Amino acid sequence: MSSVAVLRGVDLEVANGEQIAVIGASGSGKSSLLNALACAVKPMRGDLGLFGESPWSLSSSNRQRLRGRLCLAPQVPPLPPRQRVVTAVLAGTLPSLSLWQSVRSLWHPRQAAVAYDALASLDLGEKLWERVDRLSGGERQRVGLARLLVADAPLWLIDEPLSALDPARAEQAITRLTEAARERNRTLVCSLHQVDMARLCFSRIVALRDGQVVYDGSAAELDDAMVRDLYGQELLVDAIPLSVARSPARATLPLIVCR
Amino acid sequence: MAAILPAEHPPLRVWSGRDPARQRRWLCALALLVMLWPLLVVTEFRPWTMFDQRSLQSTWNFVSQFVPPRADAEFLRLLAKETWRTVAIATAGMTLAWLVAVPLALGASARLSVSALATRMDRGPFAVRQLLRWLMIVLRSVPELVWALLFVRVVGLGPTAGVLAIGIAYGGMLGKVYSEILDSTEAAPSQALLRNGSGRLQALLYGALPQCANELVSYTVYRWECAIRSSVVLGFVGAGGLGQLLDGASKMFAGSEVSSILIVFIALVTLSDRISLALRRALD
Repeated sequence: MSSVAVLRGVDLEVANGEQIAVIGASGSGKSSLLNALACAVKPMRGDLGLFGESPWSLSSSNRQRLRGRLCLAPQVPPLPPRQRVVTAVLAGTLPSLSLWQSVRSLWHPRQAAVAYDALASLDLGEKLWERVDRLSGGERQRVGLARLLVADAPLWLIDEPLSALDPARAEQAITRLTEAARERNRTLVCSLHQVDMARLCFSRIVALRDGQVVYDGSAAELDDAMVRDLYGQELLVDAIPLSVARSPARATLPLIVCR
Repeated sequence: MAAILPAEHPPLRVWSGRDPARQRRWLCALALLVMLWPLLVVTEFRPWTMFDQRSLQSTWNFVSQFVPPRADAEFLRLLAKETWRTVAIATAGMTLAWLVAVPLALGASARLSVSALATRMDRGPFAVRQLLRWLMIVLRSVPELVWALLFVRVVGLGPTAGVLAIGIAYGGMLGKVYSEILDSTEAAPSQALLRNGSGRLQALLYGALPQCANELVSYTVYRWECAIRSSVVLGFVGAGGLGQLLDGASKMFAGSEVSSILIVFIALVTLSDRISLALRRALD
């Protein structure tokens, strides 16, 4: 099996309850970073700390238990076609359910009201009993986000949640996600292509280019020239001094440490 | 067209009209024929002999005994009783087979592997999977007739031997096909659940099963149909049911009884076909 280094020299700390937008051009390593944080891929080198633990030094079962404390929402929601929307959404609660409760929920979704609330907050309440394969791409993406909203996990990792949404829905969805994360004290790491949304809704922005963190700081300090450079052809690595862009030190212990 | 292209533009390739895969396909077809020929020779496959005068005459003599099927009340009562017994053997055998197959399939399928989520599958789970695959090979390699002969010695003559024989042999078959159906489902839905901390069975119920429920149901009902046919063979070794009745009728050259029994088989297979269709429609 051949390996390609997608991320290099990433040095990141995320505090509990923090909300971070990860931006960068296609292929810059945003999804790989989220997958690495979600323990979906094992880093070739470096250290990853989650909730004060090192996932790759844990046993398989303990790592699986740790995965129950995070929720990764991929860009294309992996929803089985014949499944009902209510079941697809409530699948987000599975880590906190026993096997028997999961079987019962499959037969009779007892938390249908919870699923409805999550869907309704994304303007999709009327699709609760619909089948997933009868939804449009944008609706499927919102079902994936509703699954995240019902999840009990304290860490939300969301990969380009707005890629299939029109501008109005995109704004509604990202506002809802950040509000929900704030209300429930969830830590949110979200990759985005919509830089204006990232500046508007997130206080901290991490920018990636060619698998390297080239900006890590407040949204206010990310100016247009930096964004142009980030998505343009010129190299940005030397253009932005990382020391200037760093976030101030936080009092709380880091939830994620990635080095 | 070429005139408006800039001078440095590479020359246009002219379409030859030949499918580049054509030669390989012909070679594969030829290779298949070459491999098939010795098999036909070994099996003395000469279908034209079916149409010579003697063969046609003996076929006619055999088939003409089947008409009319026996339909008197006494025989129909016996037929109904043995049909019920056959359905019971097949259904009980399939239930046992399902109980054997489900854990084997879940263990053998790589789709629900947690250790393979981010890296290559661990050695321990890999070894367990291989072991289960070998076990399923053993279970299905031994024909149900041989299992029945073994169980007749253990539990004596009767339907129980048939149920056990079907349960064991079909358990191996169902397990293999179930695990392959699971492995052929799209990985993303079940892996997404596993990556978010769900258990294997939860990932199966919410991620994999919705994708393959139709195929699993269709194959299970088909194996039930096969179990009904198998129960006939098992009847020859004393497992009871239609098989035993057919054995007796054949030995007595009672063609009309044989044809009545065959009509029941056709009805049962049609019933299984309808059940499969209805279940697949319900799941769709």
